[in-house]
Amino acid sequence: MDPMMPPPVRRIALERDPHVAPSNDNGAHAASVLGASAAPAAPAPYATPALERMRVESVWLAYGERWVVRDVSLAVRQGEILALIGASGSGKTTLLRSLNRLTEVTSGAARSGQITLDGEEIHELEVNGLRRRVSMVFQQPNPFPMSIFDNVAYALAEHPARGGRRRRRTSKIESAVADALQRAGLYDEVADDLSRSALRLSGGQQQRLCIARALAAEPEVLLLDEPCSALDPISTATIEQLIVALRESVAVVIVTHNLQQAQRVADHVAFMHLGELVEYGTSEQIFDRPKLQRTRDYVGGAFG
Amino acid sequence: MAGMPLTSPPSAPDGLTVTRPRRQRTSSWPLIDRIGYWLCWATGIALCLIAFGIVLFMFVKGISYLKLSLLLHSPAPSTKQSESGGFFDPIVGTFILTALGVLIAGPVGVAIAAWLSEYGRPRPLARAVESAVETIGGVPSVVLAIFGLLVFSADFLGFLSQRAANGSVYGRSFFAGGIIMAVLALPLIVGATREGLAQVPDHMREAAYALGKTKASCIRHVLLPAIRPNIASGVVLGMGRIIGDTAIVTILIGVTLQNEAVGSVPVLGTLRGTGSTLTSYVYNNSPAGEGGSPQKAYAAAFVLLIVVLLLNALVTRITRGADEDRRGMATRMRSLARIAWTR
Repeated sequence: MDPMMPPPVRRIALERDPHVAPSNDNGAHAASVLGASAAPAAPAPYATPALERMRVESVWLAYGERWVVRDVSLAVRQGEILALIGASGSGKTTLLRSLNRLTEVTSGAARSGQITLDGEEIHELEVNGLRRRVSMVFQQPNPFPMSIFDNVAYALAEHPARGGRRRRRTSKIESAVADALQRAGLYDEVADDLSRSALRLSGGQQQRLCIARALAAEPEVLLLDEPCSALDPISTATIEQLIVALRESVAVVIVTHNLQQAQRVADHVAFMHLGELVEYGTSEQIFDRPKLQRTRDYVGGAFG
Repeated sequence: MAGMPLTSPPSAPDGLTVTRPRRQRTSSWPLIDRIGYWLCWATGIALCLIAFGIVLFMFVKGISYLKLSLLLHSPAPSTKQSESGGFFDPIVGTFILTALGVLIAGPVGVAIAAWLSEYGRPRPLARAVESAVETIGGVPSVVLAIFGLLVFSADFLGFLSQRAANGSVYGRSFFAGGIIMAVLALPLIVGATREGLAQVPDHMREAAYALGKTKASCIRHVLLPAIRPNIASGVVLGMGRIIGDTAIVTILIGVTLQNEAVGSVPVLGTLRGTGSTLTSYVYNNSPAGEGGSPQKAYAAAFVLLIVVLLLNALVTRITRGADEDRRGMATRMRSLARIAWTR
């Protein structure tokens, strides 16, 4: 093997049950994960062929005069995790944000090409409905300054739009909130008092709360923009485990500049450079047998 | 630094000494810096002395004349001091006027601030609204009062006050005064709310949009609840301004000794009627006014000062209380000071 290639990192064991919550004792569990032997676990084969959720076709994105994404075509499938890797400025975050039309919030953003969700072009869908089906978690944990319960309840599609703070805690809303917190692996830690302010949680807990919030509306696709870059290694490991557990029920797209994280977590990897999609393939292909020199250089750490 | 509760730093482990930052020795500074430093101290202390002097003076004068009966009895028309009653009606009048002003200015001010901050299109309209609010903030209150008199003397607004025998509209009532007081307090509320909205980081709005929430939902459920302390301090600043205003009161409330209601409907009658407030009472009883009881004026002024001081303490408590979760107090007080002292 090429001595420039990084050694294979042990992959987190892939969970088959999507609703298993990570253990309460995060420290010990993460430590065992991080300190395990170097034997890589073979990825479990798919029981069913992966269902395609979104398709990106020949998409060009520009901010004002500058082209940020050039002619990218990708598929996002449920049951697998797609990692977008690349150096800063490669357009991976912009591409991610275009998937739920968040680029429109910036004035001067232009787009050409097609992005479809379940066959429908997303620009013809109602934007708020689209964003409920394609949820996003950001780099910096950004819980609202409300209680934990209200944070997740706010995201529920069926919660009544009137009434502001006094949201009625119907049993339906309560169970939906508890379910979302379970799926995000946060329920056990906060169940004793859900009316605590969300701002008092630790960074890792806040990020899991943001994931719970994103999951509350039962999205079809979950977009993650470098979710662990602001977190310590233990929180990172917990969240990576959680993401892998989620991939059965939602299609996951994660942008990361941490190559080891991409190796640990991703099934398919898309390497972007200066706006272009340089190479796309499975995780083994990109990290062990890259086809292009530029991919080999980036994965080997020659630049980035 | 999200989510870390503010606790005191942990004590040093054994064997380590904790160094704390010490005040610099000013003897090593260049002369100009030393002069500046001591000048800052001098002006600060002078200001403290002035404020302390005002409070102490009013305290001494007022407490000697203040009796509980003054607070509980209505003023009566009489030249004899023992029979001219207290200032219960003016206290009620102050309360009515402040409540009316704040109830009108609060929602309107927050709505204007939210529109300016979150929407603000078309741009020329936003700039015009901004200038209008700042203009109102700069207009002397007596000019606002005269304007109010003109408006409320119009025939179709007769229901807000009363009519004289020949059919002309009187134009002076608690309604009239309250509405103009709302105009007076509006710039403070708009300013405080806009400062609060500017302090909410953009990623919070982005988080709401990414969840598929509309802008209106984001404003109503995320932004406004998040800046409640800012809105509250704006409202309290507005209340302070209303309580202290004399020009609007003397012109627009139809200064009568007691609160005289118009008609028989309970609350509306009082609001349509005339009355007085603490400020007009102080003015009338002072040597400059008609009544000749300066002692009662001092007592009323003392009550007024206590109310204003309590309001200021309330503002400080509101802003400080909210900082457990949010940014430092320095930023908040700075932004508050910027609003308050430019008015």
